[in-house]
Amino acid sequence: MPDLHLTQDRASSAEMAAVDAALATLGVTPAVVEETERLVRGGIHRKNERRHALLPALHALQTESGWISKGGTNYIAETLNVPPAEIYGVASFYEMFRVDTAPDHDENVAHVCVDSPCLEFAEAKIAELEADGTPIHRSPCLGQCERATPDHGPALFIQGRKAANSVPSDSSDLWDLPQKHEYGLKLLKNVGRIDPTSLDAYVGAGGYKALAKAFALGPDKVIEEVSAAGLMGRGGAAFPTGVKWRGVAAESGTKHIVVNADESEPGTFKDRTIMEHDPFSLIEAMTIAGFATGAQKGWIYIRGEYPLATERLQIAIDSARVAGFVGDGIARSSFNFDIEIRRGAGAYICGEETALFNSLEGFRGEPRQKPPFPTTNGLFDQPTAINNPETLLNVLPIMLEGGEVYGNLGTEGSSGHKLFCLSGHIAAPGTYEVEFGPTLRDVLELGGGVQGTLKAVLLGGAAGSFVGLDALDMPLTMEATRAAGASLGSGVVMAFNDTTDFDAVCVRIAEFFRNESCGQCVPCRIGAVRQHEVLVRTSGSKLNGELKLLQDIDLAMKDASICGLGHTASTAVLSAIDLGLIG
Amino acid sequence: MTSRQQPVAASETAVTISVNGSDVSVPEGGTILDACSAAGIETPTICYAENLTPVNACRVCVVEVENSRTLVPSCSRAAEPGMVVQTDSERVRHSRKMVLEFLGSGVDLSQADQLAPWMEKYGSDPGRYGESPETMNEEVRIEDNLYIRDYDKCVLCYKCVEACGDDAQHTFAISMSGRGFGARIATEFDVALPDSACVYCGNCVAVCPTNALQFKTEFDLREMGNWREEEQEVTQTVCSYCGVGCNLELHTQDERIVKVTSPADHSVTSGHLCIKGRFGWQYVHAGADEVDVQIGR
Ligand SMILES: Cc1cc2nc3c(=O)[nH]c(=O)nc-3n(C[C@H](O)[C@H](O)[C@H](O)COP(=O)(O)O)c2cc1C
Ligand code: SF4
Ligand code: SF4
Ligand code: SF4
Ligand code: FES
Repeated sequence: MPDLHLTQDRASSAEMAAVDAALATLGVTPAVVEETERLVRGGIHRKNERRHALLPALHALQTESGWISKGGTNYIAETLNVPPAEIYGVASFYEMFRVDTAPDHDENVAHVCVDSPCLEFAEAKIAELEADGTPIHRSPCLGQCERATPDHGPALFIQGRKAANSVPSDSSDLWDLPQKHEYGLKLLKNVGRIDPTSLDAYVGAGGYKALAKAFALGPDKVIEEVSAAGLMGRGGAAFPTGVKWRGVAAESGTKHIVVNADESEPGTFKDRTIMEHDPFSLIEAMTIAGFATGAQKGWIYIRGEYPLATERLQIAIDSARVAGFVGDGIARSSFNFDIEIRRGAGAYICGEETALFNSLEGFRGEPRQKPPFPTTNGLFDQPTAINNPETLLNVLPIMLEGGEVYGNLGTEGSSGHKLFCLSGHIAAPGTYEVEFGPTLRDVLELGGGVQGTLKAVLLGGAAGSFVGLDALDMPLTMEATRAAGASLGSGVVMAFNDTTDFDAVCVRIAEFFRNESCGQCVPCRIGAVRQHEVLVRTSGSKLNGELKLLQDIDLAMKDASICGLGHTASTAVLSAIDLGLIG
Repeated sequence: MTSRQQPVAASETAVTISVNGSDVSVPEGGTILDACSAAGIETPTICYAENLTPVNACRVCVVEVENSRTLVPSCSRAAEPGMVVQTDSERVRHSRKMVLEFLGSGVDLSQADQLAPWMEKYGSDPGRYGESPETMNEEVRIEDNLYIRDYDKCVLCYKCVEACGDDAQHTFAISMSGRGFGARIATEFDVALPDSACVYCGNCVAVCPTNALQFKTEFDLREMGNWREEEQEVTQTVCSYCGVGCNLELHTQDERIVKVTSPADHSVTSGHLCIKGRFGWQYVHAGADEVDVQIGR
């Protein structure tokens, strides 16, 4: 008995083949509609069975046809036993999936970044591409912010039709990284030094010694070392990693390690640096996380606009699997750990951990209310440790040097090393590593200094805040930034000189949040729009009475929104007003 | 609009929390909202319904809980022993006011009768967002003779999606689509209802809090300026189409049936019906086959 009502539209044979190929890679078989398969039974079984294959299937369809066609949707609906209305609901959530019937599906689409620091170069590039007849998509931050220079222009991402997606700049010299000649690097030590596609090179550079150390310590001691090192999450929330891992280790049953490589906070690109140039380190570190917490399954959820990082991670997983470092009986132990990559499809909110779970499971990327927390109810409602790539990379030196030693690096409240994403009006934008402690001034110097006269620095990305010249001597530590009412967030340090049009910058930040709100809760869905409207209508003039309105909106978004997006949607804008940059 | 009160049986474990300074007990698993109701405190709700899984999306029911950085949705947060809750603090009043004000500024709430008193109470002023704040800006969709969809009135509470899906009907004809302010309830590719999987059970209409979904009878009467809710009579009966025994409430005006509902706390229906009970009254002598004619299938 058919369980789904479908329209008459049928998929082309090419579409069916593309979807079938994607599902075969995942080992997902088509649904046979028996009593047990029926939607009416609902619940977790249906979710786990095939629905997680929805995003990969949609990617395959989009690449084949240039859109999520109606026939292709019906085919996916039948194959995965997911109702077509829900597929439409999921597909229409993401930037990279087109559900409209406009006629230009046949062509590659150029996604042009319009966030700072690309913003000042974006319109010229868009005009140039449009003159060539290239279809354009105005994109939020593409995670290539170090390339936003007068020479290079805004970041670009080309979404292919019947062709792989690509980033034009990725073909340039991959070894030319800012900090390759520095000594004392712990997180970037392999970056630009070894061939990122060679397991032999990785092992030759000391790779997999940390895993051996972890095996020697045993799971419990590994977590003790991580706790002793005082490691705090680098994804933005600065949660103690040891506590998170301890929580997952205490749970039983199927457990997961999820790497949050969605990296979409405007100004952030450090995780891309790691994944493109040292993918094996991330694989090794997440394997240690799996061992410590007793998780059997690892997932890397990577943003859809990172084709090179995705490719290199896949090469790394495949060659590590051949060598016995991924899969059953890792390094001849009894420990089994498998790793799978899942691509996002363009949605900042999918970096929020619970939205990421929903997205990976094949649902709309809407955050869940917490509690319950991921350590008990994470991916597929099972215990999950979710970490940022940079957080995980710290685990390697912690294993090799010991938690205490590593914990003594840095400052009292911020131990170890930290990556900063330097961009904007700076001589040498890029990913830089420091031992916690240097001031904002020191870090700007590391990037070759500010170009022009510094006016303000955006710390922590669009969800962070602007600081002025009086903050130059503030150490970039968690405690010092917190005391100053700012935050390190994901490590964004974006410099703006006195030629900056701060009205345009702030209007765009507000637009970013209204576009990226998932739309689930009222305070953020409507509050972010109202905030944007105030900034548009007061742009270039005084705020006058409208400041009270912005503050009222901010308080409601902070207090009543479901997730961090709503909580931080007005932080940067209000800090710009405080500093007198706008208003 | 508050939840059904569950009496605390002596054998059940009770959880005691403090609400506005007084101790209140609810059965284990009960929510803060349950505790508020038990204490006689009225709480505004929009996306909450006793017969649906909480989605905690509207945020109008938020309360202040000691040691919580943000406010907490009372409709879905379980009461935990020792919780200290404030339901009328400055922060709570501000967020409730703003949620209602935001909705009022972007959505047509003219028929959301339950919200008006709350907007009044919290001092919501939807007019303060400039000359032309962006609104839902949707046309009424009249696609059949059974019910209409007026998404200009939609607050995106997910209730219809839940009623059509896992919580009642398991038809999955509609879903949330799009993102942010562009989010809308839609069928696949927004096809018209008769082309979708909809089986016209009307359960979505029954749960809609703002009249965005309306029975066509009600819509037509309102269009004619002849909808007189205060004069309507409600008669309880049992549906005669099959043997399940669904309770029906027949709403009549001028001795004509204008809509059919079922009590949300009814043990058989939980408020949900099928096409026969919901719409069969229009064709009492003919049967439900004719309803298909009405939707053009
Ligand atoms: C809107 C939003 C976007 C986020 N994006 C990311 C992201 O792209 N990468 C990331 O690691 N964490 C992101 N986070 C933080 C995650 O929710 C989570 O705290 C983090 O992945 C935990 O890893 P960590 O403890 O290693 O930092 C985001 C949070 C919010 C609210
Ligand atoms: S705060 Fe914004 S992004 Fe987060 S759940 Fe609410 S609407 Fe979605
Ligand atoms: S009438 Fe029933 S089947 Fe149709 S959309 Fe509403 S709940 Fe779903
Ligand atoms: S149509 Fe009604 S029930 Fe459905 S989301 Fe909108 S307001 Fe809620
Ligand atoms: S009623 Fe609680 S969030 Fe909507």
